[in-house]
Amino acid sequence: MLTFNINGNDQPLEVPGDMPLLWVLRDVAHLTGTKFGCGMAQCGACTVHVDGAPLRSCITPAAAVANGQKIVTIEGLSSDGSHPVQRAWAEIDVVQCGYCQSGQIMSAVALLAKIPAPTDSDIDQALSGNICRCGTYPRIRAAIKRAAHIAEA
Amino acid sequence: MSVLTDSSRRSFLKGSAVLGAGLVVGFVIPGANRFARAADPGFAPNAFVRIAPDSSVTILLGHAEMGQGIWTGLTMLIAEELDADWSKIRVQHGPASAALYGLPAFGGMQITGGSTSTWMEFDRYRQAGAAARLMLIEAAAKRFNVAPSQVRTEAGVVIAGEQRATYGELANEAGQLPVPDPASIKLKDAKDWTLIGKPTKRLDSPEKITGQAKFGMDVQFEGLLTAMVARPPVLGGSVRSFDAQAALAVPGVHKVLQVPTGVAVVADHYWAAKLGRDALKIDWDLGPNAGLDSVALLQGFRKLASTAGTPASQAGDVGAALAKATKTVDVEYSVPYLAHAPMEPLNCTVRITNQQCEIWTGTQFQTLDQMVAAKITGLKPEQVVIHTEFLGGGFGRRANPTSDFVSEAVQVAHAAGAPVKTVWSREDDIRGGYYRSAFLHHARIGLGPDGLPLAWQHVLVGQSIMAGTMLEASMVKDGIDKTSVEGVADSPYLAGLANHRVDLHSPKTGISVLWLRSVGHTHTAFVMESLIDELAAAAGKDPVDYRRTLLKDHPRHLGVLNLAVEKANWQAPLPAGHALGVAVHESFGSYVAQVTEVSQDNLKIRVHRVVCAVDCGIAVNPASIAAQMESCITFGLGFTLHSKVTFKDGQVVQSNYHDYQVLRFNEMPEVQVHILPSTEKPGGIGEAGVPPTAPAVANAVYALTGQRLRELPLQLEGV
Repeated sequence: MLTFNINGNDQPLEVPGDMPLLWVLRDVAHLTGTKFGCGMAQCGACTVHVDGAPLRSCITPAAAVANGQKIVTIEGLSSDGSHPVQRAWAEIDVVQCGYCQSGQIMSAVALLAKIPAPTDSDIDQALSGNICRCGTYPRIRAAIKRAAHIAEA
Repeated sequence: MSVLTDSSRRSFLKGSAVLGAGLVVGFVIPGANRFARAADPGFAPNAFVRIAPDSSVTILLGHAEMGQGIWTGLTMLIAEELDADWSKIRVQHGPASAALYGLPAFGGMQITGGSTSTWMEFDRYRQAGAAARLMLIEAAAKRFNVAPSQVRTEAGVVIAGEQRATYGELANEAGQLPVPDPASIKLKDAKDWTLIGKPTKRLDSPEKITGQAKFGMDVQFEGLLTAMVARPPVLGGSVRSFDAQAALAVPGVHKVLQVPTGVAVVADHYWAAKLGRDALKIDWDLGPNAGLDSVALLQGFRKLASTAGTPASQAGDVGAALAKATKTVDVEYSVPYLAHAPMEPLNCTVRITNQQCEIWTGTQFQTLDQMVAAKITGLKPEQVVIHTEFLGGGFGRRANPTSDFVSEAVQVAHAAGAPVKTVWSREDDIRGGYYRSAFLHHARIGLGPDGLPLAWQHVLVGQSIMAGTMLEASMVKDGIDKTSVEGVADSPYLAGLANHRVDLHSPKTGISVLWLRSVGHTHTAFVMESLIDELAAAAGKDPVDYRRTLLKDHPRHLGVLNLAVEKANWQAPLPAGHALGVAVHESFGSYVAQVTEVSQDNLKIRVHRVVCAVDCGIAVNPASIAAQMESCITFGLGFTLHSKVTFKDGQVVQSNYHDYQVLRFNEMPEVQVHILPSTEKPGGIGEAGVPPTAPAVANAVYALTGQRLRELPLQLEGV
């Protein structure tokens, strides 16, 4: 039995220690907002925050994050889309198929927490690990800049 | 469209009780097709609109939302005529049913693809909204005791003088009335549209930014198991024998089962299924394709290209005209196999009982899914219930002539005797057996003294998507698969040319091929628009002026070309080390021109800016059109700069996004989209922006470096 702090709640879960956090979240904790895209940290769809830092949950063993680390998933940002980054995403009408967007948003939130007014090159660096096949990249860039303004206001 | 008869209407309303009380508007598809008849004995109505007593309006779509925005666009068509309150609208995927949602142009099948959703449904969805509105007016007139002509509607409310009622308040009364004949309904004049043409935000945004949107991958319920299938390492291989002992020893693994496509490991969850699959020992019979090799395939294609194939288009005497040419351009172009690689790996959830087979998945092709599931389970197609979930990208992969991922999942659940979600890994996806075919083009074009083409000989070599499938009869004519030659055989550059000949070879290789976003245009636009640039250079002409001359009788091509060139400041000076390229192409009834600005960083091509002009006829949702052009350009840049699938010793060499590369964030250029106002009928928008991207980049690279790159992905050569 391992205990995970997910979105502010301690959850004891019966999972093997080598099970990637992604599958703990999706298949055991039933938090399906975090997505499976590649299984080898190539696409970023599985991005969550662990103690505030963006992490690819598909290659993170459960045991490594079951020691009180604070895990935050897309469900932990807000359920009503009121987080400034989610508001910016809605304003800019970013999503298309939507599958990668949880990961994109989690990467963006982590970036803005570290750099409140990121430059284009900061954004490039923070988001280049998140693939979108629909081509929402230009709108993600615009939404991150918009979110920086919303957070400032 | 037929009107519901009284008895069928009663049975429809009874059957749709599950949808809740209220007004249901249903139509029948004209001449319900043979699949529908087989699937649905008796009358099969269709319901697009439901209005509940609380005034919520639910739109049921026959099409699947995979990012292209029909969730919003088709809903706008209904809401326009319904005068609905936009804030009260909810959208759902309708139940899978050819009878309800089949498309006559696709033999009556329910399918999402070919950039057809908006234009094929332009009338039917508006009529559905209009019919509902007329019934609400009729109900209000009765209640208010006035003539229907004295009643008007406005944002979900019916008004007659001082009297008002919401749509919800009238829903039950309206539901008692006969449905008007859709053909008799007068739709709004374009000048009265308030929604169509208005940039409208996506209705699926809220659930997609909170992680609440349900994709096929997210389906979960009590008792559901997860399976992964070990498939042959070579296409066409099979299982000789296997040892399941180690797999069964993995905690969480329930069963190991042989299925037609390989060996399935059924487990509590994905991770156990994956570990179980890794532990399987399988002796594979590699079958007839164990020698597949991309280099040898291309050599074979090249050899074929030097011979006459099946003529796809011809006029005059090409040989004689070529002999008279002042200059001849004689060149070869090639493109590799491509995988679709949608972000959501393929998956399908199946629960089978004695009475029905229930399927949850993101699919583009419900009707065929029902047919294959019925065949496997021994049920009738109408006993196959499909819950269409959001698709995490499709690009064509989630509609194919065998419904492979659905068929396999049904086999697994059938063999397991339990509800199972079969999940593909990314590696399974890249190696999983459907690809855009490699193509090789050989063109010989003769120019006259004026520098314009006087003869054009063009041979294409590439696999047919349609041959050997259920679509062959309708899509392959006189040996020509239209999807292989679209964009060449019907090119505006050839239309007025007295001497031309287009030949096609469709070799069979053992590789299963499939449409990929913009289908044949993925390669034909690259070749044709690169060739035009080569001819302009050979003639010493500006590539834009040269196109204007050749396209003088094609106003819609010219319209987007001129708009893109103007917005991109074609003649204006650029930063040092930058150059522009241009391309224009028609596909799916829409015309798109792109001007691309590039530079080079050693041997790496950098794309800085893409200026895109589009004429797609009536622009239903300009916001969605802009998004789709951005999407198409990103998709096109991926295969222009990076993507390729190669085969060695029968196996796909690539396996995941590290070696099957697509466009990443830091490579994304600035994109400007300009929509040309038009009153022409709507064209498709989900694919038409893809074709011009590769040639516009290749042409810019030529302008910059003098290197004419004739192979995708583009690779600069060192000095």
